[in-house]
Amino acid sequence: MDNKEQEKDSLYLKLIPYFDRYGILLLLLIMIVVMHFLQPDVFLSWRNVTNVFKQISWQSMLALGVFMVIVTAGIDLSVGSIMMLSLMILAIVAKAGAPWFVVAMTPLIAGLICGLINGLGITILRMPHPFIMTLGTLYIFRGTGNLISGGTPISGFTDEVRYLGHGRIDLTWLGLEKSQYLPVSLVLIAIVYIIFWVFMNHTRTGKWIYAIGGNPSAARASGVNVNKILVIVYSLCGFLSGIGALILAGRTDSGYPNAGLQSELDAIAACIIGGASFFGGRGTVLGVFAGVMIMGILRNGLNLMDVSSFWQQVLIGSIIVLAVYIDVLRRDLGTRK
Amino acid sequence: MSSINQLLLEAKSVTKYFGTITALENVNLKIHAGECLGVVGDNGAGKTTLMKVLSGLYKPSSGSLYFDGKKEILESPKDSQELGLEMVYQDLALAGNLPIGENIFLGREPTKNLGFIKLLDFKKIKELTDAHLGKLKINVKSADQKVEELSGGQRQAVAIARSTAFNAKVVIMDEPTAALAIKEVGKVLDLINSLKKTGVGVIVISHRMDDIFAVCDRVMALFQGTNFAESELSKTSRDEVIGWIMGKK
Repeated sequence: MDNKEQEKDSLYLKLIPYFDRYGILLLLLIMIVVMHFLQPDVFLSWRNVTNVFKQISWQSMLALGVFMVIVTAGIDLSVGSIMMLSLMILAIVAKAGAPWFVVAMTPLIAGLICGLINGLGITILRMPHPFIMTLGTLYIFRGTGNLISGGTPISGFTDEVRYLGHGRIDLTWLGLEKSQYLPVSLVLIAIVYIIFWVFMNHTRTGKWIYAIGGNPSAARASGVNVNKILVIVYSLCGFLSGIGALILAGRTDSGYPNAGLQSELDAIAACIIGGASFFGGRGTVLGVFAGVMIMGILRNGLNLMDVSSFWQQVLIGSIIVLAVYIDVLRRDLGTRK
Repeated sequence: MSSINQLLLEAKSVTKYFGTITALENVNLKIHAGECLGVVGDNGAGKTTLMKVLSGLYKPSSGSLYFDGKKEILESPKDSQELGLEMVYQDLALAGNLPIGENIFLGREPTKNLGFIKLLDFKKIKELTDAHLGKLKINVKSADQKVEELSGGQRQAVAIARSTAFNAKVVIMDEPTAALAIKEVGKVLDLINSLKKTGVGVIVISHRMDDIFAVCDRVMALFQGTNFAESELSKTSRDEVIGWIMGKK
């Protein structure tokens, strides 16, 4: 290898970590700028920005859960069904007249238990791939949700139960207008994402999750209890789906049978757009957030411009393929010859 | 540091049956501090079985193991690790997506307390990694480099560094140079030599006579599950050792 080539090589190697970390944020920024020029009066208005956050609030919880699973080189197809089942249980408990804090706890516990079932099934039943276990529970959880509710919507929750999904933080004390409030769900997203960022990057368990995705036999040889970590990961994923259910209950004021239908695919898409690798061990919490935002802004922007939802499907699909193709190109540059 | 020539590990008349097959029969092995023992033998001679007995993965059918002169019964590889025996596996048990330092400390990461939450102490990981790599004279750009960005030889060096980061007394290396480019073999052999200088006993399983004659002080040959021959390296030759592997004295 001559000098010039070496120089080029080292420049690539230097730039790659930055692309790895911030490339997706660049894409997000470009989208925001483009949308702003297409819809200068509306897109960056207070009302629309908070709207985007409200719309992505529950998806962002599912995506974060699925992200951790994908880092272990697994997959969770059941998050949409977990959310629906948790929402139905919440609705039934609310209708039975339980106090609001009991109602608010039920989806979290239900989600956690569903995730635990996934985790135990994958490890104890030694399913050949998490795809199979969670494909099974995708049907089981949704079916159960329909069984207990009779397949009909259950509506009407108290304001306390609806707080996370529907609550507003008044900002008039800052001199802002009454309409310029902060949605509670936005604050919740921030808190949950920061907690999980610390968990994934600054705790042993988080490191082990990445290690399992990188090389499970290395993790095992290092004394990491791989099965235990996997059970924790799937349980947390279920728990986050339960939070999603609580937010959705607030937003819609209703438990309905179609809740979360196909949202597991949205969650997976957000992770992939955000740079998580299906082969495990790769991806960041920040990336997932960017992935969720990109999908949310795309939907919002296209709605503002009155583009048909069929086009939205085509565009989101194209972005998935494009995002992964950019990743493939990046990897080509990074490969040592 | 252990004094040179101190007996670290001894296997006495180890026999291992798998059903009706005799994999090892009355095999003896000794390893001293600061010494490198080469174990040679054809495929199926019992090298791997012997190492798995030493590391506690297999229980011997009869015979016993002595660590620091004390008889020990190993239930699992964890037991042998606690006694200071580490294996470096042929398939390099490293996670490519993690940096060097985090690989070395994987499963045993130092933490600091923030209130009642335990967070990883990245500063300490980096310090300990730099110090350990420095001690073994392993050159890498930075402890933060991901393992997948390293060459095969550097990865092998990290795997060896990993095995010795926790006061290992005996390190067993299974074909440490098998997967390496020729120019990298020398670096790994240098590393084995610097390990010896720190007082670690090294057992190298290898087919390559060049490796054996570059780092070992003693060589023993297994043939059909028995001790076939053993010698100080200075008192034998390549041709003789190759003969042992084929069962000729």
